[in-house]
Amino acid sequence: MSVNDKIVADFVKHDVEFITTVPCKQLGGVIDAVEKHPDIYHIPSNKEDEGMGLCAGAYMGGKRSAIIMQNTAIGVTINTLVTLIQYYRMPLPMLISYRGELLEPVACQVEMAVHTKALLAQLNIPTYHFHKQDDVEEFDRILQYTYMSNKPVAILTDASFWGGY
Amino acid sequence: MIRSEVLKTLVPVLSDHLTIMNIGLPSQEMHMMDDQPTNFYMLGTMGLASSIGLGVALAQKEKVVAIDGDGSILTNMGTLPTIANNVADNFVLVIIDNGSYGSTGDQPTYAGKKTELADCAKAAGCENVVICQAEEAADTLQAALDSDKMTIMVVKCESGNIKVPVITMDPVVIKDRFMKTIAARNA
Repeated sequence: MSVNDKIVADFVKHDVEFITTVPCKQLGGVIDAVEKHPDIYHIPSNKEDEGMGLCAGAYMGGKRSAIIMQNTAIGVTINTLVTLIQYYRMPLPMLISYRGELLEPVACQVEMAVHTKALLAQLNIPTYHFHKQDDVEEFDRILQYTYMSNKPVAILTDASFWGGY
Repeated sequence: MIRSEVLKTLVPVLSDHLTIMNIGLPSQEMHMMDDQPTNFYMLGTMGLASSIGLGVALAQKEKVVAIDGDGSILTNMGTLPTIANNVADNFVLVIIDNGSYGSTGDQPTYAGKKTELADCAKAAGCENVVICQAEEAADTLQAALDSDKMTIMVVKCESGNIKVPVITMDPVVIKDRFMKTIAARNA
């Protein structure tokens, strides 16, 4: 099973039926797999904070939700994470492409990469880092943990994990 | 009429429906006038009432009304194309357009100047967009709910505020009773 199919299969296993995405080159394959899956409502959003609003609504409406986005979006969504997702205690798996790591060709991406883990730590957001393809095996348990703890949880996925840039 | 007077006229129409209230004074005014388990109050996070409302509408069958403001929509303009392209016929977005950021002291918004949010919604692809005056808001909302078509309403009113207490209810309590109400109605 490809990494993309494994991620989507785990979402479905944990009844995640509503996924919003903001694209990143590294996430193209998994976004395609989300779009194609008949059990998932895929709703692209124009900005990640908007996407978190959609996820909050869907969750309260009775559907588990998730967001797929780039790590630059941590800068966009801090207020929403703190005053909506955390303040109201909502679970939110965040599958995040970790741009600016090894194999990164675009220097500017490093500028946000160096802040990513520090910001997530400051926000007390449980954070996992997928660096090798086998790390995807933990995704199932991370989703279980997200719904057990009722928190936003970050899964950073770097270029090495995705098999190069 | 100012926003609080518009909301007062909407209460009989809204009272039984799932309602997402925008941050600040709109939430506080609705909480003071007609607190219901069907109401979700935004205590923070400027701009996301319409996104939360669409999410609730897409996830379940009951009708959902999001009461938003012109300033809030301007903060999250990307919401209009997302709404247009993800049609939920159980969703009504009410934009109370007083041309100002009411909760922060009535500073003027661009919606009170050259920008017409109803035209923005149409340009984004929203199919049922209605402009009405404050006095027509309740009847227009009732018609939108009865139409079973996703509708964007822009309600024109005057800027101005009344004194209202802040909401001291815990956010988790607001969420929990709202979710339980939704679950019971969809059971």
